[in-house]
Amino acid sequence: MNAAAASGAAASGGAEPSDPASTLAVSHLDVAYRVRGQDRLALRDVSFTIARGETYGLVGESGSGKSTAALALVRYLPRNGRVSAGTITISGQDPLSMGKAALRDLRARTVSMVYQEPGRALNPSIRVGRQIAEVYELAGQDRAAARAASEEMLRKVQISDPRGVMDRYPHELSGGMAQRVVIAMALAASPSLLILDEPTTALDATVEAEVLDLLPPLREEFRTSVLFISHNLAVIAKMCDRVGVLYAGELVEEGPARAVFDQPRHPYTVGLLRCIPRRGQRKDRDRLDTIPGFLPAPGEEPAGCVFAPRCALATDRCRAEAPPAYPVGPGRASRCFYHEAAPDMPRSTPASLPAAPAAPATDTEPLVGIEELSKTFTARGSSVRALHSVSLSLRRGETLGLVGESGSGKTTLARVLLGLTAPDEGSVVTLDGARLSPDARRRPRDVLRALQIVFQNPDSALNRRHTVRSLISRPLSRLAGLSGARLRARLEELITSVRLEDRHLPLRPGQLSGGLKQRVAIARAFGGGPRVVVCDEPTSALDVSVQAAILNLLADLQAREQASYLFISHDLGLVRYLSDRIVVLYLGRVMEVGPAGAVFSAPHHPYTEALLSAVPSIDGQRTQRIKLEGEIPSAASPPSGCVFHTRCPRRLPSGICESTEPELLEGEPGHLIRCHIPLAELRGLQTGETVSLQGESP
Amino acid sequence: MSDSEGGAQVTAAPAAPAATVAVARGTRGGALPRWRLLVRRPTFIVGAVILLFWIVCAMFGHLIAPDNPLAQNLLSPNTGPSGAHWLGTDQLGRDVLSRILAGARDILLITLLATLLGTVLGTVLGLAMGYFGGAFDLVTGRIVEAVLALPAVIIAFLFVVALGPSTVTLVVLIGLIFTPLIARTVRAAVLAERHMDYLSAARLLGERPAYIMFREVLPNVMPAILVEFTVRLGYAVFTVATLSFLGFGVQPPTPDWGADIAANYGVLPAGYWWETLFPALAIASLVTAIILVTDSIEQVLSS
Amino acid sequence: MATFLLRRLGLMILTLWILSLIVFFAGQILPGDPGRAILGNLASQTSVHALDQQLGVNRPLLTRYLSWVGGLFHGDMGVSYAYRTPVEPFVRAALINSVKLGVLAFVIVVPLGILGGVIAALNEGRFPDRVISVTGLSLATVPEFVSGIVVIVIFGVSLKVLPVSASAGAGASALSQLDHLILPTIPLVFILFGYIARMARAGTIEALNSDYARTATLKGLPRATFIRRHILRNSLLPTITVIATQTGYLIGGLVVVETLFNYQGIGNLIYKAAQAKDFPMLEAGVLTIGVVYVLATLAADLLLTAFNPRLRIGAST
Repeated sequence: MNAAAASGAAASGGAEPSDPASTLAVSHLDVAYRVRGQDRLALRDVSFTIARGETYGLVGESGSGKSTAALALVRYLPRNGRVSAGTITISGQDPLSMGKAALRDLRARTVSMVYQEPGRALNPSIRVGRQIAEVYELAGQDRAAARAASEEMLRKVQISDPRGVMDRYPHELSGGMAQRVVIAMALAASPSLLILDEPTTALDATVEAEVLDLLPPLREEFRTSVLFISHNLAVIAKMCDRVGVLYAGELVEEGPARAVFDQPRHPYTVGLLRCIPRRGQRKDRDRLDTIPGFLPAPGEEPAGCVFAPRCALATDRCRAEAPPAYPVGPGRASRCFYHEAAPDMPRSTPASLPAAPAAPATDTEPLVGIEELSKTFTARGSSVRALHSVSLSLRRGETLGLVGESGSGKTTLARVLLGLTAPDEGSVVTLDGARLSPDARRRPRDVLRALQIVFQNPDSALNRRHTVRSLISRPLSRLAGLSGARLRARLEELITSVRLEDRHLPLRPGQLSGGLKQRVAIARAFGGGPRVVVCDEPTSALDVSVQAAILNLLADLQAREQASYLFISHDLGLVRYLSDRIVVLYLGRVMEVGPAGAVFSAPHHPYTEALLSAVPSIDGQRTQRIKLEGEIPSAASPPSGCVFHTRCPRRLPSGICESTEPELLEGEPGHLIRCHIPLAELRGLQTGETVSLQGESP
Repeated sequence: MSDSEGGAQVTAAPAAPAATVAVARGTRGGALPRWRLLVRRPTFIVGAVILLFWIVCAMFGHLIAPDNPLAQNLLSPNTGPSGAHWLGTDQLGRDVLSRILAGARDILLITLLATLLGTVLGTVLGLAMGYFGGAFDLVTGRIVEAVLALPAVIIAFLFVVALGPSTVTLVVLIGLIFTPLIARTVRAAVLAERHMDYLSAARLLGERPAYIMFREVLPNVMPAILVEFTVRLGYAVFTVATLSFLGFGVQPPTPDWGADIAANYGVLPAGYWWETLFPALAIASLVTAIILVTDSIEQVLSS
Repeated sequence: MATFLLRRLGLMILTLWILSLIVFFAGQILPGDPGRAILGNLASQTSVHALDQQLGVNRPLLTRYLSWVGGLFHGDMGVSYAYRTPVEPFVRAALINSVKLGVLAFVIVVPLGILGGVIAALNEGRFPDRVISVTGLSLATVPEFVSGIVVIVIFGVSLKVLPVSASAGAGASALSQLDHLILPTIPLVFILFGYIARMARAGTIEALNSDYARTATLKGLPRATFIRRHILRNSLLPTITVIATQTGYLIGGLVVVETLFNYQGIGNLIYKAAQAKDFPMLEAGVLTIGVVYVLATLAADLLLTAFNPRLRIGAST
């Protein structure tokens, strides 16, 4: 305990927890949830401080206790949760011991919060303006003054038509707008502490970037301290001065954000950073490192270090004794006995491939062809064109990355390909040159075999009432036509190849972790021996440490089974790691298609450029961001001309972008761009100001 | 009406999504702990014991009854509770206790069979409505809506008058009346499943609609159906007892709580309360027992 | 908005049509012929035949259905077998009486049920909640004649504080009428309380667990403002629909209650018509109930649309 206390002080840059200069001081905090008569610790001995005007990041995977920490600060734990030890001081006040009236006052004046789901955080039946004005009225202003102040506040979060927005209901706002409103509401009280709990997780990349850009100036203006909670290391790296890494309820590492991400000193942080595909890493050359094992089950009380069961450095000492927080540099601390060795920790997964990778697809004959594919959804008399004349081809053994934000139509494209959604008349989907029925129910067995999918969310994709055995056996009997001993043999082979074990077979999905569930879904997709597997955001429901293992698995399976992938993701890093070619979709249209290297480096479409610059990088190369105006337009009423013109920073002054939709033109071999600006000119514009992620060698 | 349907099915609708959620999260030890949770609840124990008592009466009521429930004794009508007749005698001098014990049979039998019939039919219909959707759902939905416009008692009434009361008529009628009600709950539960990707996955395996409905969807909506079944059981008791009371259910002289109340209700103002009150309490206890069991099951499924 | 209304009306007409089919054909399965049923076994074949002719029951089924439905549009609900006079005045008078009873029950039970449900929700899982929930549910499934008898025994027979018969007699003052209606109202209130409280509870719990409730609490709003402005507004909307749906059950309960308390309402009318096998009367009564139910749900839908901004906007686009 003493060591922890000492290092806690060290970690806070010499500021004692009770230092009046700090806005927030958390000291030795334990939070317990009572489940079936037993206390389960969700947070254990957590200490940190936030100085006035500072932004402190709390980063961790699901189950790390980061949201519990936020709720404990404002004393809004669920009914079965309580702070069982430790103290909290917010601007000199102790929320844990104060009475109800004082607590209300604290929430009204001193602490504000911004939430993950902005749409749900606003009351659906009250106009937005009223909800903001409520905060001012609570502070004693009259109705008119409160309304004027709300309007002013909305202007500060850069809402262009504050008066109009105030009269709207929350469901009439886009996600980005709603989050601006929530931020306005939070800042209306001029709080000394602003808690942001995954504020941009539910938003699209370009919208996220806009919201993140909004925060630093507001922090300056309102002189508020910020607690920024996220699972996204890059966002934390971009936004925070200092960072704390939470694992299983413990703060395992702490320090200045830059230092922690550049030179992590705890094996967990090291592992986490190695899980993320970096630029230059490619599936045919490198495998991502993984963190083996799982988070300890809730309520499990490890005797030693919480991370020991998953740690490559763990010794008997780690399993027997909990490490204190060692000071490891100016303002830094790491809860690891072997913090010296942590940066050079051995990998869990070999970095390079054991065998020579399969030769990249040289076959140019398309396996799957999509021509002039359109899909219009009609509901209540209005129609939404989700896909607009999309033509693509997928070659044997290649991975085609599909990138786009919400409303781009990427999932619709996958469903049409699989025959789950019928496209408009005139759309053509071919396999080996033969036209396919638009309805999976009418497709012959060998077509069903050939096209399979790994869905985003295994909880939805796996029938929770079926066992793993029946889930994986079904495609073997239905599609591969196996039975009896041959089915059992293939089942064994399949579960081994996705690294499941026999003991998993009688279990149901509810008894498996997220990563294991996704392995079952992958095994099912490969059961019939598919030639094309659609991977629809296969890791976005998973934690970073689990994601890497799934990506490795997908890469291995592809090399072995020679399957083609249509890999859909909003995460450009993943797409770049896995894809041979990339398609960029915006509002149902292909904006750019080409080899991965070409798409990721200039010259490329201004939208691709903006998308790339919107993604924060852990490497911390803060470069010029391409600012996009406004929000993604609704697919129900797409803009005229080039659909991107409403947000395009490179819009031509001639007005052609507003009036005429550009053609998808092949500027370089195999690289097509839908833009009025000629390729040479784009090259000149874009290489003038280097884009952060373009470092890949062609 | 489709947007307000969730709200209309008072008892079952809130339970259905909750139950689904509970299953989705899963319990790490399988199904066993949930049963344990159930038997740990005092309300469940109390309800189950009362229910069990009436089930035993329904099966062996004639054997354990102290008297012949049909034996009249016109010399001692309307005698109050005593050592000889614990709950007194009725207008015809029949032993009230014996009639109550024996009277459990018809009401329980009709209730159970009718609810089973309604649940089976309603489940099939609801699955089909939810799974196929479209025109089939629209047409069936209108019929369901029309039937819902009339209280169960009144529809039963209308048809019993035309067909004449008999056990079979009552079972079939109440079963048919419950069918649309149960179908609606099942449909709502199926709709909650309809966007789930496992159904798409099944289509990509070339599964037939019948397989998808009964092997993929049905197991997932089972908790909702279970809750709906117990809720309907309570209403079936309600309906059968009311019909008997009105003279359109179980016919005298067969011992039956509702019919006995109707028969003796006339002498209530004269102070002969036991012949009315005890059968009334029997009905109330049966209904309450079912409610306690239902409530416990719902609580456990949604916890 | 206009298309929404049209669609809603179209659906309502469809429902009413199916309802008329159900009601009409239920009346047609009666074995034997109506003339014989009315005149009894002693009447001559000629007079039975003449009566059948007069009632028009010898015509083909479709013709009879069409003329029945056609008549309904002119307010002609047919001729009673028992009274040989048009059914309509009986139904009208009975409906008015039932509405009095029903409205009184609603006026009492709606605030009570909502209050009970909200109190239960605010104490979710604790003692007051368990008591309100289980009592409410039990009351809702105990048949009205059971609770009615208990009420009669206590207030009418033992205490003799309230009249046992619901009818105050001709020319009675409004206050005296009310006095007579109190006892019959109680079993109806019991039945409805459970439903309404349960729905109000579920809606309130959902609102309390919502993200926007957390936002409102963490704004530092006083508890009362929080509940009034942020919870009740959202939680009570679904309850409106339930209240409307319960009109149907309420009328089902009226059959028993009106019989038990000898009150000349629509339930009693149906009961007597059923006993007398007076099908035109029975059909008219049942159909009236159906129409009242359908209108009530329509009103609820419109109310819901008016209160819920999401539906309002959604409907207009």
